[in-house]
Amino acid sequence: MKNLQLSKEGKLKHFLSIEGLSIELLTEILDTAESFAGLPNQQVKKVPLLRGKTIVNLFFENSTRTRTTFELAATRLSADVLSMNIATSATSKGESLLDTIRNLEAMHVDMFVVRHAISGAGHFIAQNTAPHISVINAGDGQHAHPTQAMLDMFTIRQHKQDFTQLKVAIIGDILHSRVARSQIQAFNILGVKEVRVIAPKTLLPSHVESLGVTVFNDIEKGLVDTDVVIMLRLQKERMSAALLPSEREYFKCFGLTEQRLKLANPDAIVMHPGPINRGVEIESNIADGAQSVILQQVSNGIAVRMAIMSLTMQSHGEQI
Amino acid sequence: MTDKQLNIPSLLSKLELELKQAIASRALKDPLMIGVHSGGVWIAEQLHQRLNIKEALGLMDISFYRDDFSQIGMHPKVKPSELPNHLEGRDIILIDDVFYTGRTIRAALNEIFDYGRPNQVLLGVLIERDGRQIPLKPDCSGCSINLPAGQRIKLTGPVPLGIHIESFNKKQTTT
Repeated sequence: MKNLQLSKEGKLKHFLSIEGLSIELLTEILDTAESFAGLPNQQVKKVPLLRGKTIVNLFFENSTRTRTTFELAATRLSADVLSMNIATSATSKGESLLDTIRNLEAMHVDMFVVRHAISGAGHFIAQNTAPHISVINAGDGQHAHPTQAMLDMFTIRQHKQDFTQLKVAIIGDILHSRVARSQIQAFNILGVKEVRVIAPKTLLPSHVESLGVTVFNDIEKGLVDTDVVIMLRLQKERMSAALLPSEREYFKCFGLTEQRLKLANPDAIVMHPGPINRGVEIESNIADGAQSVILQQVSNGIAVRMAIMSLTMQSHGEQI
Repeated sequence: MTDKQLNIPSLLSKLELELKQAIASRALKDPLMIGVHSGGVWIAEQLHQRLNIKEALGLMDISFYRDDFSQIGMHPKVKPSELPNHLEGRDIILIDDVFYTGRTIRAALNEIFDYGRPNQVLLGVLIERDGRQIPLKPDCSGCSINLPAGQRIKLTGPVPLGIHIESFNKKQTTT
Protein backbone atom coordinates (compact mmCIF):
# COMPACT_ATOMS: atom_id res chain seq x y z
CA MET A 1 0.00 0.00 0.00
CA LYS A 2 1.22 3.48 -0.83
CA ASN A 3 2.39 5.42 2.22
CA LEU A 4 0.36 8.64 2.32
CA GLN A 5 3.32 10.38 3.96
CA LEU A 6 5.73 9.93 1.05
CA SER A 7 5.88 11.64 -2.33
CA LYS A 8 6.30 9.73 -5.59
CA GLU A 9 10.07 10.08 -5.20
CA GLY A 10 9.91 8.64 -1.68
CA LYS A 11 10.50 11.97 0.05
CA LEU A 12 8.63 13.02 3.15
CA LYS A 13 5.49 14.94 2.13
CA HIS A 14 3.44 14.71 5.33
CA PHE A 15 4.58 13.68 8.78
CA LEU A 16 1.69 11.86 10.40
CA SER A 17 3.09 8.77 12.06
CA ILE A 18 6.42 6.99 12.56
CA GLU A 19 4.83 3.78 11.30
CA GLY A 20 6.04 2.71 7.86
CA LEU A 21 9.03 5.07 7.71
CA SER A 22 12.49 3.72 6.97
CA ILE A 23 15.53 3.87 9.22
CA GLU A 24 17.19 6.04 6.53
CA LEU A 25 14.40 8.59 6.72
CA LEU A 26 14.45 8.73 10.52
CA THR A 27 18.23 9.14 10.43
CA GLU A 28 17.90 11.92 7.83
CA ILE A 29 15.53 13.76 10.19
CA LEU A 30 17.97 13.37 13.10
CA ASP A 31 20.96 14.50 10.98
CA THR A 32 19.09 17.53 9.65
CA ALA A 33 18.01 18.46 13.18
CA GLU A 34 21.66 18.29 14.22
CA SER A 35 22.48 21.00 11.69
CA PHE A 36 19.74 23.24 13.09
CA ALA A 37 20.79 22.69 16.70
CA GLY A 38 23.63 25.23 16.40
CA LEU A 39 21.30 28.00 15.28
CA PRO A 40 20.82 29.59 18.74
CA ASN A 41 24.55 30.55 18.57
CA GLN A 42 23.86 32.95 15.72
CA GLN A 43 23.07 36.56 16.45
CA VAL A 44 20.12 36.26 14.09
CA LYS A 45 18.51 32.99 15.18
CA LYS A 46 16.93 32.12 11.87
CA VAL A 47 17.64 30.80 8.39
CA PRO A 48 15.79 31.85 5.23
CA LEU A 49 14.80 28.32 4.14
CA LEU A 50 11.00 28.69 4.24
CA ARG A 51 10.72 32.40 3.53
CA GLY A 52 7.41 33.24 1.91
CA LYS A 53 5.71 30.04 3.12
CA THR A 54 2.68 30.19 5.38
CA ILE A 55 2.22 27.64 8.14
CA VAL A 56 -1.01 27.27 10.10
CA ASN A 57 -1.05 25.74 13.56
CA LEU A 58 -4.44 24.09 13.96
CA PHE A 59 -4.71 23.13 17.61
CA PHE A 60 -8.08 21.60 18.44
CA GLU A 61 -6.66 20.49 21.78
CA ASN A 62 -4.73 22.46 24.39
CA SER A 63 -0.96 22.51 24.29
CA THR A 64 1.71 24.89 25.44
CA ARG A 65 5.07 23.26 24.76
CA THR A 66 4.24 21.66 21.42
CA ARG A 67 2.48 24.71 19.99
CA THR A 68 5.13 27.19 21.06
CA THR A 69 8.02 25.05 19.82
CA PHE A 70 6.25 24.59 16.47
CA GLU A 71 5.77 28.36 16.29
CA LEU A 72 9.42 28.99 17.11
CA ALA A 73 10.56 26.34 14.65
CA ALA A 74 8.52 27.93 11.86
CA THR A 75 9.69 31.46 12.60
CA ARG A 76 13.32 30.30 12.77
CA LEU A 77 12.86 28.93 9.26
CA SER A 78 11.54 32.39 8.27
CA ALA A 79 8.03 31.11 7.51
CA ASP A 80 4.94 33.10 8.42
CA VAL A 81 2.93 31.40 11.15
CA LEU A 82 -0.69 31.63 12.04
CA SER A 83 -1.82 29.94 15.24
CA MET A 84 -5.54 29.30 15.16
CA ASN A 85 -7.30 29.49 18.45
CA ILE A 86 -9.95 26.90 17.70
CA ALA A 87 -11.97 27.61 20.82
CA THR A 88 -12.85 31.04 19.45
CA SER A 89 -12.90 30.09 15.77
CA ALA A 90 -15.71 29.19 13.44
CA THR A 91 -15.58 25.51 14.46
CA SER A 92 -17.30 26.46 17.68
CA LYS A 93 -19.98 28.13 15.56
CA GLY A 94 -20.70 24.83 13.85
CA GLU A 95 -18.34 24.91 10.86
CA SER A 96 -17.11 21.46 9.83
CA LEU A 97 -13.42 20.54 9.88
CA LEU A 98 -13.36 20.28 6.08
CA ASP A 99 -14.92 23.72 5.66
CA THR A 100 -12.31 25.19 8.00
CA ILE A 101 -9.59 23.55 5.87
CA ARG A 102 -11.13 24.78 2.59
CA ASN A 103 -11.23 28.34 3.92
CA LEU A 104 -7.60 28.24 4.99
CA GLU A 105 -6.60 26.74 1.63
CA ALA A 106 -8.30 29.71 -0.02
CA MET A 107 -5.88 31.90 1.92
CA HIS A 108 -2.95 30.14 0.15
CA VAL A 109 -1.32 28.39 3.06
CA ASP A 110 1.45 25.79 2.59
CA MET A 111 1.34 23.64 5.71
CA PHE A 112 -1.00 22.56 8.50
CA VAL A 113 0.31 21.53 11.90
CA VAL A 114 -2.59 19.67 13.48
CA ARG A 115 -3.38 18.59 17.01
CA HIS A 116 -6.71 16.91 17.53
CA ALA A 117 -8.39 14.79 20.20
CA ILE A 118 -9.55 12.29 17.59
CA SER A 119 -7.12 9.64 16.31
CA GLY A 120 -6.55 9.93 12.57
CA ALA A 121 -7.43 13.63 12.27
CA GLY A 122 -4.09 14.40 10.62
CA HIS A 123 -4.51 11.60 8.09
CA PHE A 124 -8.00 12.81 7.30
CA ILE A 125 -6.77 16.35 6.59
CA ALA A 126 -3.80 15.07 4.54
CA GLN A 127 -6.15 12.98 2.39
CA ASN A 128 -8.56 15.84 1.82
CA THR A 129 -6.39 18.88 1.47
CA ALA A 130 -4.95 20.45 -1.69
CA PRO A 131 -1.99 18.50 -3.16
CA HIS A 132 0.59 21.24 -2.51
CA ILE A 133 -0.09 21.37 1.24
CA SER A 134 1.93 19.38 3.79
CA VAL A 135 0.37 18.18 7.04
CA ILE A 136 2.28 17.54 10.27
CA ASN A 137 0.65 15.61 13.08
CA ALA A 138 1.24 17.36 16.42
CA GLY A 139 -0.67 14.69 18.33
CA ASP A 140 -3.93 12.91 17.43
CA GLY A 141 -6.03 11.28 20.13
CA GLN A 142 -4.32 8.17 21.49
CA HIS A 143 -2.79 7.36 18.12
CA ALA A 144 0.50 9.15 17.46
CA HIS A 145 2.75 12.06 18.40
CA PRO A 146 5.58 11.54 15.92
CA THR A 147 7.46 14.84 16.35
CA GLN A 148 7.68 14.20 20.11
CA ALA A 149 9.07 10.72 19.44
CA MET A 150 11.68 12.15 17.05
CA LEU A 151 12.84 14.80 19.51
CA ASP A 152 13.16 12.04 22.11
CA MET A 153 15.26 9.96 19.68
CA PHE A 154 17.39 13.05 19.01
CA THR A 155 17.94 13.65 22.73
CA ILE A 156 18.85 9.98 23.26
CA ARG A 157 21.32 10.10 20.36
CA GLN A 158 23.03 13.11 21.96
CA HIS A 159 23.74 11.03 25.07
CA LYS A 160 24.00 7.47 23.73
CA GLN A 161 25.57 7.10 20.32
CA ASP A 162 24.44 3.61 19.34
CA PHE A 163 20.73 2.76 19.41
CA THR A 164 21.35 -0.95 18.89
CA GLN A 165 23.00 -1.33 22.31
CA LEU A 166 20.22 0.34 24.32
CA LYS A 167 17.73 -1.00 26.81
CA VAL A 168 14.86 1.42 27.17
CA ALA A 169 12.01 1.54 29.69
CA ILE A 170 8.75 3.44 29.18
CA ILE A 171 6.89 3.77 32.47
CA GLY A 172 3.33 4.77 33.24
CA ASP A 173 0.10 5.40 31.40
CA ILE A 174 0.87 3.51 28.18
CA LEU A 175 -2.84 3.00 27.48
CA HIS A 176 -3.61 6.66 26.81
CA SER A 177 -0.20 7.67 25.51
CA ARG A 178 0.23 8.56 21.83
CA VAL A 179 3.81 9.50 22.76
CA ALA A 180 4.55 5.93 23.89
CA ARG A 181 3.10 4.46 20.68
CA SER A 182 5.25 6.67 18.48
CA GLN A 183 8.33 6.08 20.65
CA ILE A 184 7.93 2.31 20.49
CA GLN A 185 7.68 2.44 16.68
CA ALA A 186 10.75 4.67 16.42
CA PHE A 187 12.77 2.49 18.80
CA ASN A 188 11.94 -0.62 16.80
CA ILE A 189 12.83 1.00 13.46
CA LEU A 190 16.12 2.30 14.88
CA GLY A 191 16.93 -1.20 16.14
CA VAL A 192 17.02 -0.66 19.91
CA LYS A 193 18.07 -3.82 21.78
CA GLU A 194 15.09 -3.96 24.13
CA VAL A 195 12.01 -1.81 24.71
CA ARG A 196 10.27 -2.40 28.03
CA VAL A 197 6.94 -1.02 29.09
CA ILE A 198 6.26 -0.83 32.82
CA ALA A 199 2.71 -0.17 34.00
CA PRO A 200 -0.20 -1.53 35.98
CA LYS A 201 -2.35 -3.89 33.90
CA THR A 202 -5.17 -1.32 33.80
CA LEU A 203 -2.93 1.21 32.02
CA LEU A 204 -1.68 -1.13 29.27
CA PRO A 205 -3.43 -1.58 25.94
CA SER A 206 -4.55 -5.13 25.19
CA HIS A 207 -2.04 -7.13 23.10
CA VAL A 208 0.67 -4.58 23.93
CA GLU A 209 3.33 -7.27 23.32
CA SER A 210 2.45 -7.21 19.62
CA LEU A 211 4.03 -3.72 19.42
CA GLY A 212 7.43 -5.35 20.00
CA VAL A 213 7.94 -4.68 23.70
CA THR A 214 8.61 -6.64 26.89
CA VAL A 215 5.97 -6.06 29.57
CA PHE A 216 6.69 -5.54 33.26
CA ASN A 217 4.13 -4.90 35.98
CA ASP A 218 6.83 -4.42 38.62
CA ILE A 219 8.88 -1.22 38.22
CA GLU A 220 11.76 -2.56 40.30
CA LYS A 221 12.23 -5.54 38.01
CA GLY A 222 11.73 -3.52 34.86
CA LEU A 223 14.28 -0.81 35.66
CA VAL A 224 17.22 -3.18 36.15
CA ASP A 225 20.03 -2.55 33.66
CA THR A 226 18.21 0.11 31.57
CA ASP A 227 19.99 2.99 29.76
CA VAL A 228 17.00 5.24 29.13
CA VAL A 229 14.07 5.75 31.51
CA ILE A 230 11.03 7.49 30.04
CA MET A 231 8.28 8.56 32.43
CA LEU A 232 4.77 9.30 31.21
CA ARG A 233 2.14 11.55 32.71
CA LEU A 234 -1.07 10.07 34.08
CA GLN A 235 -3.63 11.35 31.58
CA LYS A 236 -6.48 11.83 33.96
CA GLU A 237 -8.45 13.82 31.40
CA ARG A 238 -8.65 10.76 29.15
CA MET A 239 -9.58 8.29 31.89
CA SER A 240 -13.24 7.42 31.69
CA ALA A 241 -13.19 4.63 34.29
CA ALA A 242 -11.62 4.19 37.68
CA LEU A 243 -8.34 2.69 36.49
CA LEU A 244 -6.34 3.59 39.60
CA PRO A 245 -7.04 3.48 43.32
CA SER A 246 -5.37 6.88 43.95
CA GLU A 247 -2.44 9.07 42.91
CA ARG A 248 -0.65 8.28 46.16
CA GLU A 249 -1.06 4.58 45.57
CA TYR A 250 0.22 5.02 41.99
CA PHE A 251 3.34 6.86 43.15
CA LYS A 252 3.99 4.17 45.74
CA CYS A 253 3.88 1.44 43.09
CA PHE A 254 5.11 3.13 39.90
CA GLY A 255 6.63 6.51 40.81
CA LEU A 256 10.28 7.06 39.92
CA THR A 257 12.21 7.58 43.15
CA GLU A 258 15.92 8.03 43.77
CA GLN A 259 16.05 4.56 45.27
CA ARG A 260 14.47 2.98 42.21
CA LEU A 261 16.57 4.90 39.70
CA LYS A 262 19.65 3.25 41.23
CA LEU A 263 18.44 -0.02 39.70
CA ALA A 264 19.04 1.37 36.20
CA ASN A 265 22.54 1.76 34.77
CA PRO A 266 24.52 4.53 36.54
CA ASP A 267 24.66 6.62 33.34
CA ALA A 268 20.98 6.15 32.50
CA ILE A 269 19.09 9.28 31.42
CA VAL A 270 15.62 10.20 32.65
CA MET A 271 13.11 11.62 30.17
CA HIS A 272 9.54 12.93 30.31
CA PRO A 273 7.51 14.44 27.47
CA GLY A 274 5.93 16.92 29.91
CA PRO A 275 3.94 18.32 31.51
CA ILE A 276 5.32 16.57 34.59
CA ASN A 277 3.28 15.90 37.71
CA ARG A 278 5.81 16.09 40.51
CA GLY A 279 5.14 13.54 43.19
CA VAL A 280 2.68 11.57 41.01
CA GLU A 281 4.87 9.78 38.46
CA ILE A 282 8.28 11.28 39.30
CA GLU A 283 10.01 12.50 42.45
CA SER A 284 10.78 16.21 42.26
CA ASN A 285 14.53 15.93 42.86
CA ILE A 286 14.88 13.42 40.01
CA ALA A 287 13.07 15.71 37.58
CA ASP A 288 15.65 18.40 38.47
CA GLY A 289 18.54 15.98 38.98
CA ALA A 290 21.76 15.30 37.12
CA GLN A 291 20.34 12.37 35.13
CA SER A 292 17.28 14.31 33.94
CA VAL A 293 17.32 15.55 30.33
CA ILE A 294 13.74 16.85 30.43
CA LEU A 295 14.62 20.45 29.56
CA GLN A 296 17.02 19.34 26.81
CA GLN A 297 14.03 17.55 25.28
CA VAL A 298 12.22 20.89 25.12
CA SER A 299 15.17 22.71 23.48
CA ASN A 300 15.66 19.87 21.01
CA GLY A 301 11.98 20.06 20.08
CA ILE A 302 12.68 23.24 18.12
CA ALA A 303 15.55 21.83 16.03
CA VAL A 304 13.73 18.56 15.33
CA ARG A 305 10.53 20.34 14.29
CA MET A 306 12.57 22.64 12.02
CA ALA A 307 14.06 19.55 10.38
CA ILE A 308 10.67 17.89 9.84
CA MET A 309 9.07 21.10 8.53
CA SER A 310 11.85 21.75 6.02
CA LEU A 311 12.05 18.11 4.89
CA THR A 312 8.30 17.95 4.20
CA MET A 313 8.42 21.28 2.36
CA GLN A 314 11.23 20.20 0.04
CA SER A 315 8.87 17.88 -1.84
CA HIS A 316 7.02 21.00 -2.98
CA GLY A 317 9.52 21.47 -5.77
CA GLU A 318 8.49 18.17 -7.35
CA GLN A 319 5.91 17.99 -10.06
CA ILE A 320 2.69 16.80 -8.46
CA MET B 1 41.17 24.02 -21.10
CA THR B 2 41.73 20.59 -19.54
CA ASP B 3 42.26 19.58 -15.94
CA LYS B 4 45.90 18.73 -16.73
CA GLN B 5 46.61 22.45 -17.17
CA LEU B 6 45.32 23.30 -13.70
CA ASN B 7 48.18 22.67 -11.30
CA ILE B 8 47.07 22.87 -7.68
CA PRO B 9 50.39 23.84 -6.00
CA SER B 10 50.89 26.78 -8.36
CA LEU B 11 47.23 27.86 -8.05
CA LEU B 12 47.57 27.80 -4.25
CA SER B 13 50.81 29.82 -4.37
CA LYS B 14 49.26 32.46 -6.61
CA LEU B 15 46.17 32.71 -4.37
CA GLU B 16 48.40 32.93 -1.28
CA LEU B 17 50.38 35.78 -2.83
CA GLU B 18 47.27 37.71 -3.86
CA LEU B 19 45.74 37.25 -0.40
CA LYS B 20 48.93 38.53 1.28
CA GLN B 21 48.85 41.65 -0.88
CA ALA B 22 45.13 42.21 -0.23
CA ILE B 23 45.52 41.68 3.53
CA ALA B 24 48.23 44.37 3.54
CA SER B 25 46.50 46.84 1.24
CA ARG B 26 43.12 46.56 2.96
CA ALA B 27 44.77 46.47 6.41
CA LEU B 28 42.96 43.40 7.75
CA LYS B 29 43.25 43.13 11.54
CA ASP B 30 43.30 39.67 13.23
CA PRO B 31 41.44 38.16 10.31
CA LEU B 32 39.14 35.17 10.70
CA MET B 33 39.36 32.72 7.82
CA ILE B 34 36.20 30.85 6.82
CA GLY B 35 36.05 27.97 4.33
CA VAL B 36 32.84 27.11 2.48
CA HIS B 37 31.98 23.41 2.78
CA SER B 38 33.40 21.19 1.31
CA GLY B 39 35.99 22.17 -1.31
CA GLY B 40 36.43 25.65 0.15
CA VAL B 41 37.33 24.14 3.52
CA TRP B 42 40.09 22.02 1.96
CA ILE B 43 41.61 25.05 0.24
CA ALA B 44 41.20 27.17 3.38
CA GLU B 45 43.03 24.55 5.49
CA GLN B 46 46.10 24.98 3.27
CA LEU B 47 45.94 28.78 3.22
CA HIS B 48 45.24 28.99 6.95
CA GLN B 49 48.64 27.35 7.53
CA ARG B 50 50.52 29.27 4.84
CA LEU B 51 49.23 32.67 6.02
CA ASN B 52 49.90 31.71 9.64
CA ILE B 53 46.47 32.75 10.89
CA LYS B 54 46.18 32.34 14.66
CA GLU B 55 42.45 31.90 15.15
CA ALA B 56 40.97 28.49 14.33
CA LEU B 57 39.57 28.08 10.83
CA GLY B 58 35.80 28.68 10.56
CA LEU B 59 33.69 26.20 8.61
CA MET B 60 30.49 27.12 6.83
CA ASP B 61 27.76 25.01 5.24
CA ILE B 62 25.49 27.32 3.27
CA SER B 63 22.76 24.72 2.54
CA PHE B 64 20.14 26.54 4.61
CA TYR B 65 20.83 29.77 2.74
CA ARG B 66 20.67 28.45 -0.82
CA ASP B 67 18.25 30.05 -3.25
CA ASP B 68 17.25 26.78 -4.92
CA PHE B 69 15.59 24.99 -1.96
CA SER B 70 12.16 25.11 -3.58
CA GLN B 71 13.57 23.62 -6.80
CA ILE B 72 15.95 20.92 -5.57
CA GLY B 73 15.13 20.55 -1.87
CA MET B 74 17.42 19.93 1.02
CA HIS B 75 21.02 18.95 0.51
CA PRO B 76 21.86 15.59 2.01
CA LYS B 77 24.19 15.64 5.03
CA VAL B 78 24.14 19.31 5.92
CA LYS B 79 26.99 19.95 8.35
CA PRO B 80 26.54 22.43 11.16
CA SER B 81 28.60 25.58 10.55
CA GLU B 82 31.47 26.05 12.99
CA LEU B 83 31.89 29.78 13.48
CA PRO B 84 32.59 32.03 16.46
CA ASN B 85 29.34 33.23 18.05
CA HIS B 86 29.85 36.83 17.01
CA LEU B 87 31.28 38.12 13.76
CA GLU B 88 30.37 41.70 14.64
CA GLY B 89 33.14 44.07 13.54
CA ARG B 90 35.45 41.25 12.38
CA ASP B 91 37.73 41.18 9.33
CA ILE B 92 36.92 38.00 7.43
CA ILE B 93 38.71 36.08 4.68
CA LEU B 94 36.14 33.92 2.91
CA ILE B 95 37.54 31.02 0.89
CA ASP B 96 35.84 28.82 -1.71
CA ASP B 97 37.20 26.42 -4.31
CA VAL B 98 35.44 27.59 -7.49
CA PHE B 99 33.67 30.87 -8.22
CA TYR B 100 31.05 30.33 -10.94
CA THR B 101 27.55 31.88 -10.79
CA GLY B 102 28.18 33.74 -7.52
CA ARG B 103 25.15 32.22 -5.79
CA THR B 104 27.15 30.26 -3.21
CA ILE B 105 28.96 33.43 -2.15
CA ARG B 106 25.66 35.33 -1.96
CA ALA B 107 24.40 32.61 0.43
CA ALA B 108 27.65 32.63 2.43
CA LEU B 109 27.54 36.41 2.86
CA ASN B 110 23.94 36.20 4.09
CA GLU B 111 24.94 33.58 6.65
CA ILE B 112 27.92 35.68 7.81
CA PHE B 113 25.65 38.68 8.35
CA ASP B 114 23.32 36.53 10.45
CA TYR B 115 26.22 36.07 12.86
CA GLY B 116 26.78 39.83 13.08
CA ARG B 117 27.93 42.75 10.93
CA PRO B 118 31.53 42.18 9.85
CA ASN B 119 33.96 45.07 9.33
CA GLN B 120 35.05 43.74 5.94
CA VAL B 121 35.02 40.52 3.95
CA LEU B 122 37.74 39.47 1.53
CA LEU B 123 36.88 36.72 -0.96
CA GLY B 124 39.55 34.33 -2.21
CA VAL B 125 38.92 31.41 -4.60
CA LEU B 126 41.22 28.82 -6.12
CA ILE B 127 39.61 29.11 -9.57
CA GLU B 128 37.38 31.79 -11.03
CA ARG B 129 35.44 30.67 -14.10
CA ASP B 130 33.07 32.55 -16.41
CA GLY B 131 29.30 32.37 -15.94
CA ARG B 132 28.53 34.98 -13.28
CA GLN B 133 24.79 35.45 -12.67
CA ILE B 134 24.89 38.10 -9.97
CA PRO B 135 27.15 41.12 -9.47
CA LEU B 136 29.74 39.57 -7.16
CA LYS B 137 33.40 38.95 -7.92
CA PRO B 138 36.30 37.44 -5.97
CA ASP B 139 39.05 39.76 -4.66
CA CYS B 140 41.78 37.14 -5.09
CA SER B 141 42.01 34.00 -7.20
CA GLY B 142 44.52 31.32 -8.20
CA CYS B 143 43.48 31.65 -11.85
CA SER B 144 40.67 32.78 -14.09
CA ILE B 145 39.40 30.49 -16.88
CA ASN B 146 36.61 30.12 -19.43
CA LEU B 147 34.69 26.86 -19.82
CA PRO B 148 31.77 25.77 -22.03
CA ALA B 149 28.41 26.12 -20.23
CA GLY B 150 27.84 22.38 -19.90
CA GLN B 151 31.08 21.78 -18.03
CA ARG B 152 32.00 22.27 -14.43
CA ILE B 153 35.06 22.02 -12.24
CA LYS B 154 35.02 19.50 -9.43
CA LEU B 155 37.52 19.47 -6.62
CA THR B 156 38.34 16.16 -4.92
CA GLY B 157 40.13 15.87 -1.61
CA PRO B 158 41.10 16.65 1.04
CA VAL B 159 44.26 14.53 0.54
CA PRO B 160 45.39 14.62 -2.18
CA LEU B 161 43.64 17.59 -3.73
CA GLY B 162 42.60 17.01 -7.33
CA ILE B 163 40.80 19.02 -10.02
CA HIS B 164 38.48 17.46 -12.59
CA ILE B 165 36.59 19.09 -15.40
CA GLU B 166 33.37 17.21 -16.11
CA SER B 167 30.12 17.57 -17.99
CA PHE B 168 26.94 17.95 -15.93
CA ASN B 169 23.24 17.96 -16.66
CA LYS B 170 21.25 21.14 -16.07
CA LYS B 171 19.32 19.85 -13.04
CA GLN B 172 22.41 19.63 -10.88
CA THR B 173 23.47 22.50 -8.69
CA THR B 174 26.01 25.09 -9.69
CA THR B 175 28.73 26.64 -7.62
